[in-house]
Amino acid sequence: MSAAARITTARGQRPVRRGATRGIRSATLTIVAVAIGAVVLVPFVRWALVDARWTGTADDCRREGVGACWAFIGHKLPFIFFGLYPPAERWRPALATIVIVALVIATMLPLFWRRWLVAAWIVALGLFLWLMGGGGTLPHVATQQWGGFPITMMLTVLGLGVGLPIGILLALGRRSRLTVPRLTATTIVEVVRGVPLVAVLYLSVLVVPLALSTGVEIDKLLLAQAGVAVFAGAYLAEAVRGGLQMVPPRRLDAARALGLTRWQSMRLVVLPEALRIVIPAFISIAVGFFQDTSLIVIIGLFDLLNTARLAAQDPAWLGFHTEAYVFVGAVYFAGSALVSRYGLWLERRMATSTRRT
Amino acid sequence: MRWTPRVVGQALALGVVAAALWWLGRNTQTNLEQRGLSLGFDFLRNPANFDIGDTSGIPFRPENSFARAILVGLVNTARVAAAGCALSIVFGFMLGILRLSSNVALRGVVRSAVELMRNTPLLLLLLLLAATLHGMPSPQNALQPLPGVFISDRGLALPLFDRPRLVGFNFVGGVVLSPEFAALLGALVMHHAAHISEIVRGAILGVSRTQTDAAIALGLSRAQTFRFVVIPQALRAMVPLLATACVSLTKNSSLAVAIGFPDVVSVLNTTANQTGHSVETMLIMIAVYLTLSLGVAALMNRYNARLLRAGG
Repeated sequence: MSAAARITTARGQRPVRRGATRGIRSATLTIVAVAIGAVVLVPFVRWALVDARWTGTADDCRREGVGACWAFIGHKLPFIFFGLYPPAERWRPALATIVIVALVIATMLPLFWRRWLVAAWIVALGLFLWLMGGGGTLPHVATQQWGGFPITMMLTVLGLGVGLPIGILLALGRRSRLTVPRLTATTIVEVVRGVPLVAVLYLSVLVVPLALSTGVEIDKLLLAQAGVAVFAGAYLAEAVRGGLQMVPPRRLDAARALGLTRWQSMRLVVLPEALRIVIPAFISIAVGFFQDTSLIVIIGLFDLLNTARLAAQDPAWLGFHTEAYVFVGAVYFAGSALVSRYGLWLERRMATSTRRT
Repeated sequence: MRWTPRVVGQALALGVVAAALWWLGRNTQTNLEQRGLSLGFDFLRNPANFDIGDTSGIPFRPENSFARAILVGLVNTARVAAAGCALSIVFGFMLGILRLSSNVALRGVVRSAVELMRNTPLLLLLLLLAATLHGMPSPQNALQPLPGVFISDRGLALPLFDRPRLVGFNFVGGVVLSPEFAALLGALVMHHAAHISEIVRGAILGVSRTQTDAAIALGLSRAQTFRFVVIPQALRAMVPLLATACVSLTKNSSLAVAIGFPDVVSVLNTTANQTGHSVETMLIMIAVYLTLSLGVAALMNRYNARLLRAGG
């Protein structure tokens, strides 16, 4: 295409005319793209749908041997979702997960952004822990037997829920005019963000018990949960700090001029506005975090990914690991993609609502 | 010094932090004494008594010291991080530029691949790749997707200088990557290339439209505009983000533990399990990664300062 044809209008729009050479190049590119897509997609669809076996035993699958063996997933579904939880009690993790997922969905809708939502969360988490662990009328189930999707949800939700206050504290500490809180907060944030989550998990399982306990065994899941929360806190702290920096200083001045103390103006004026700015960043951290909780495989806990991995190692069903990973991959994908889309929607909605006021 | 509330508050805060550290330290000391251990790095000289599969040039035998084992782990981390960074930047650039193509179909294909990577855990991809490579046929029946490239349950054999040949039960010549290394590298590159493509795309879109218009008005072709005007400006915005992405890739290479590749975290974890010196090994682990991330952060600060001085 000649340079002259590309001169654009004063408003900087795209070129108006598209030359014939461009048409040919574009068509070639389309063909190449469609071919690449087809080379990947067609075998996948054949494997996953056309040649797949949906029912039967491992031997049935092996005899046919070309497509996916979804019978394996069907057979292992309770194990993948609930791990080693006693089979007779599986309704409990199922119900506990539904409670948490329902509340996550409610939290995502601005309609429910009321003060009682916090109370609802506290009740829901209490209910979750009671259903999972037992007590009262429910028989006790040790955390070693917890596993699968409820663990993934618990680590994500509690990790972010506990991580947010930690993050706010660290962010405020880092912005403090006082040296001691500032240095403490900066050290914690930089160290935690500087090391991989794997190291944080090892640290919380191997070293934290040594430093905290005096003879008492601390629950491993609790330690992992704490590690995950601190890790989330450090990342959220940086997001909150970014939000605090974006609040114009005149807001603080105005609040002080109205007679509020420094702390009051922080809590009632600056922080709410900063947190509002941070919501999109918070959502993308949450999505990454939902996926990162899978790292607890490394310290031998059973989240959704680890139960899938174990299901694929069952001698009776050897060789169907692809099905297991594709299946849980689809669960992660659905969760992450939905929440990411929601984040974009919320960002647009917030942009328009700010403009209106 | 005047005893203002601020000073008193500071002193109190310092006291709380110091007391907490002292309490944690004393607990650790007591617990270690109960297990008959004392803090110190002397154990690093003892023989490791474990073997390392992937030794990457540094010979290692079980009678070698823990220190040497950790060094082998470090080199393995460096190896996978360097290769991973280079490859994911190359692929990230390609994907990022393709995503800006005017062709809808091409953009769609690239976008689906990027979305797939962004919405599934890296560990899942890693486990899937590792399991798939281990399920490959033996070297005698190795797959040959491209001439000279062999995939078998012994890993990946690639042509470099000469073509790999099958001698006995193994490949000789070219580069032979173990299944663990190949799976780790593959998963890291796929995941981070998707991430880098977003950085590249954002940086290119961030270059002002007036710049391209001016270049075209000067008579530069589309390709020339891209090469001499857009890319140099986008690179400035990109470099710090690419550096962060490489640090994050290096940190993610610690997932090696999950598939048994002996990176530095994996070797340190084995050391902790064998000797009980978990405090010391964790300190080494933290030191290794902090040196890297703070080092890169310092470099990037200097880079930004230089750009500012240059009027960038």
